[in-house]
Amino acid sequence: MQAAMNTKRNLVTTALVAPAAAWLCIFLVLPFIAMLVFAFGERAPEGGYQAAFTFAQFAKLPTRAAAFWNTLVLAPAGALLCLLVAYPVAYYLAVRANPRYRLILVSLVVVPFWTSLLVRTYAWMYILGSRGIPNLLAMIGIEDVRMLNTPGAVLLGIVYGYLPLMIMPIYVSLEKLDRRLLEASADLGAKPVSTFFGVTLPLSLPGVMTGVALVTILLLGEYLIPQLLGGGKVFFIGNALVDLFLQSRNWPFGSAIAVTLVAVVVVVLMVAMRIAWKVAGTRQVDLV
Amino acid sequence: MRAFISSVYLFLYAPIALVVLFSFNAGRNASEFTGFSTAWYGKALGNTFLVSALQNSLMIAFTSAALAAVFGTMAALGMERLGTRTRAVFDALFAAAIVVPGVVIGIATLVALVAVFSFVNPALATIWPGDQPPQLGLGYGSIIAAHGLFSMALVTMIVKARIASLGRDIVEASSDLYATPLTTFRLIVLPQILPSILAGFLLAFTFSFDDFIIAFFVAGSKTTLPIYVFASIRRGVTPEINAIATLVLAASLLLILTARLLMREKKSKSGE
Repeated sequence: MQAAMNTKRNLVTTALVAPAAAWLCIFLVLPFIAMLVFAFGERAPEGGYQAAFTFAQFAKLPTRAAAFWNTLVLAPAGALLCLLVAYPVAYYLAVRANPRYRLILVSLVVVPFWTSLLVRTYAWMYILGSRGIPNLLAMIGIEDVRMLNTPGAVLLGIVYGYLPLMIMPIYVSLEKLDRRLLEASADLGAKPVSTFFGVTLPLSLPGVMTGVALVTILLLGEYLIPQLLGGGKVFFIGNALVDLFLQSRNWPFGSAIAVTLVAVVVVVLMVAMRIAWKVAGTRQVDLV
Repeated sequence: MRAFISSVYLFLYAPIALVVLFSFNAGRNASEFTGFSTAWYGKALGNTFLVSALQNSLMIAFTSAALAAVFGTMAALGMERLGTRTRAVFDALFAAAIVVPGVVIGIATLVALVAVFSFVNPALATIWPGDQPPQLGLGYGSIIAAHGLFSMALVTMIVKARIASLGRDIVEASSDLYATPLTTFRLIVLPQILPSILAGFLLAFTFSFDDFIIAFFVAGSKTTLPIYVFASIRRGVTPEINAIATLVLAASLLLILTARLLMREKKSKSGE
């Protein structure tokens, strides 16, 4: 009787998770295995893939060094810049803002993140393009300023696009901060500045870590911002991948780059988690 | 500090406002506002390529989000009953579906599907009784499958969080009163997790509707709205794109606000 009930219970459980498990296997695990296989193959003469076992694709990685260099410099730089802008905002929202308006102000930060990144990035093409700010500068006599298609434009786009994602985890960790600690610090004669650096900042580090890791990882695979605001001059690994798969149809080399990118993401994730464990337990981030 | 915060909000919203403003511009010129007009909206909606891209996007987003809502909810319910180790594997795979960059998901799906097609299509041709065997290829199916992946992960995460905060006593009380498991599910569990399922559906819909990069890889010859917008941006900025962009923004905003409202209701209920 008990055994029969257990069998039935197991059957129901299996039936419940089976479709999602199948989906994960067919559209996540299998594709990754295929990509790994492709990375050790050769480019067929007409493009695409041809079976082989060679490390040649990985040996060619240095030919795309510029893409790796841009990504590995601009993604963390963008994330740090993002942090510099986000921290005061998160601090204001969590500590200073009038509780009555807090929810509205927080929502206003999140809403842009949930709207199309394509459209929001395109807006900056408009502003930074020759008819935008450079046009206004020309009116007051500053001629020939080029803003679009520069590393600066890409960094600006990164900060703009990912700011909400940086603000939220920091806000969450600051909001959970015990106010009595701040009072205690003040009672013990600490100046506001030393309270901030001695109490508030260290306690918000888990949020800072989550934000920096999240934004950096997403930026490593970014395509749209470098494409639209970097104009083919400031390109990321994502742009190299699109080029290799959809233009030159060199699938094995593209797969090798994609595999390397995933490896970089995993390393960044592991380092971030290691640091996060050291700093304190990370908290769940509610983005919606 | 106030000034800094205000300027950040201005920074966040000014570009969006500019796009919306210029979508109502009467003139073609992108640098000066020459009068209010909705002409570009008419032009955009009269564009057959654009309208069919919009239809594709809506159909793909609806199908992948609906699949994700059903299968994702089932997975969230089923994972409760799994052993710790199996559950950890699921958690890791779902997390991977969200964390792995879209570019890589798109590529991996493309590579795997093409490998499968190159194997299945000839096999199908040999066993097909008629003259013209069906050719499997990239298109709606591959976009829906790839979007379904992260959508399912999203729904499962949201519904799982809701299930975790659900009171167990009421479920036990229901079965003590001789309700069948199905009745308990229908009358007790489902009504409580339904707002989260809907919120997950809407978020998945928005993600799919806004996704450019995954669709770019696996769409084949099909065009979705973001792919169309991307292509038009590269052809040059016109007020028509501003009109399309404004419509896209309005649609995703509406869906997000609804999803947030549904999740807020969840929070206030669990706070009781």
